[in-house]
Amino acid sequence: MKRILHKLLPALTLLTFLLLWELGVRWANIPAYTLPTPSVIVLSLIDHWPSLALSWWFTIKITLGALFLACLGGVLIASVFSLSPQIERAFFPIAVVLQVTPIVAIAPLMLIYIESTTAALLLCAWIVAFFPILSNTVTGLRATDRNLVELFRLYRASPWQRLVLLRAPAALPYFLTGLKISGGLSLIGAVTAEMVAGSAGRQTGLASRILEASFRTETPKMFAALALLVLTGVIIFLLFNALSRLLLGGWHSSEQSHTVDHNS
Amino acid sequence: MEISTPLPTAELVNTSKQFSTGVLALSSVSLSISSGEFVTLLGPSGCGKSTVLRLIAGLELPSSGVLRSPAQQHIQEYATAFVFQEPTLMPWASVFDNVWLPLRLQGSSRDTSCARVDAALKSVGLEDFAHAYPAQLSGGMKMRASIARALITDPKILLMDEPFAALDDFSRHRLNDDLLHWQQERSIATLFVTHNIAEAVFLSSRVLVMGARPGRIIHEVTIDEPYPRRPAFRESMRFVDYCRALATALGHATEQPQQTR
Repeated sequence: MKRILHKLLPALTLLTFLLLWELGVRWANIPAYTLPTPSVIVLSLIDHWPSLALSWWFTIKITLGALFLACLGGVLIASVFSLSPQIERAFFPIAVVLQVTPIVAIAPLMLIYIESTTAALLLCAWIVAFFPILSNTVTGLRATDRNLVELFRLYRASPWQRLVLLRAPAALPYFLTGLKISGGLSLIGAVTAEMVAGSAGRQTGLASRILEASFRTETPKMFAALALLVLTGVIIFLLFNALSRLLLGGWHSSEQSHTVDHNS
Repeated sequence: MEISTPLPTAELVNTSKQFSTGVLALSSVSLSISSGEFVTLLGPSGCGKSTVLRLIAGLELPSSGVLRSPAQQHIQEYATAFVFQEPTLMPWASVFDNVWLPLRLQGSSRDTSCARVDAALKSVGLEDFAHAYPAQLSGGMKMRASIARALITDPKILLMDEPFAALDDFSRHRLNDDLLHWQQERSIATLFVTHNIAEAVFLSSRVLVMGARPGRIIHEVTIDEPYPRRPAFRESMRFVDYCRALATALGHATEQPQQTR
């Protein structure tokens, strides 16, 4: 009984919160254009489902596309960095510059320089998402146990064997930490870039729906789109947590105690 | 026809090692170790014990002098095995996969290696833990897995760098007993590094006492006690005498740098 309660605790908290929201808004008679109740938001979600679903799918495509490219780019660049400290020294500052520049500030430029809006959105989301993967993978590739490296030398392992059997698995926990962070960031990057790109055009995401609804003071629809974004973020988070547990559960200390997992 | 002096498995003759930092790690060290011998290097920290092992393993090159070792001669076989102070297992791989590693790097598939890996695990008493991950094992069991991995290639020489330093006395004694058994069974030339005098006496046929700054061999003690050695040897007077002799020699080893100052 206690264990079931322990598992359901987060869901119960959420339900209680929604219930209090519903009752509080009804009791205080707050109009829906100021603060809609959860039930009104759900109704609005159903009402606007066709247009919201299309936009949702578009945002998901940008987010996952950017994340995929961030994995690819981050891991590739990290591998090159680990092969040559000179290259790392030369190019790491550029990566830092990209990371610290607020994406809202460079998105308008991207939209000017890149003709395809989709490509510009992908690039913006990629810039936000790739850095955690890059810096974590670089750390991971460096963190290989020195004695294991010597052991591989002793047994005359080929560079390929060293990479596949030693460097890559040693870097995996670090890469997955980066991936968990980047998963959330790529969604943030995609939405931010969409906000800047505005609501014009047929191919637009949830951010455009939010902007559109805000111009028309359709607050319930804004909340409905927001709910979908939150849902997307949570699904990404859960997905990568599960992936990390699947890949590291047996051996890595970060996944040994499953009950405590608040820090990611 | 009997050969009176068999060719040593590994040999250093007046070998020196100077690191690129300028530190003279070893100064004119000569030692030889033959098949079946158990030789221990005993000495204070920083006397170059590990450097001797690394030279013989081929992980370092000597600055001057002669070095003959299986690592140089048998380029294709894995004639050298190294056991580090830490178990140095791959945490992401099962015990089976860790022990399989040397054969795998040689190109042996899992199926063809299976019988040998199982046999190696059985000989170190880990047959029930083939699928466990290192994190699930105790310190002593991890070291057993590490030794199984070292033995799986049937090495000619086994180099061990303070392998039991982190273990409690009980595990250390058990592993000492077992190590001698494995080593004698296979007649592997074993070069063992330790700080622990009692361990050196119990295991070795010869103990080389090293001094620091620069690292060199200052004393050699032959432990004239037949194998197999019984745990009772640890309680005998002879054992205590050997320990005392080594403690005195080790005392000289740590004094000398102060005299040269």
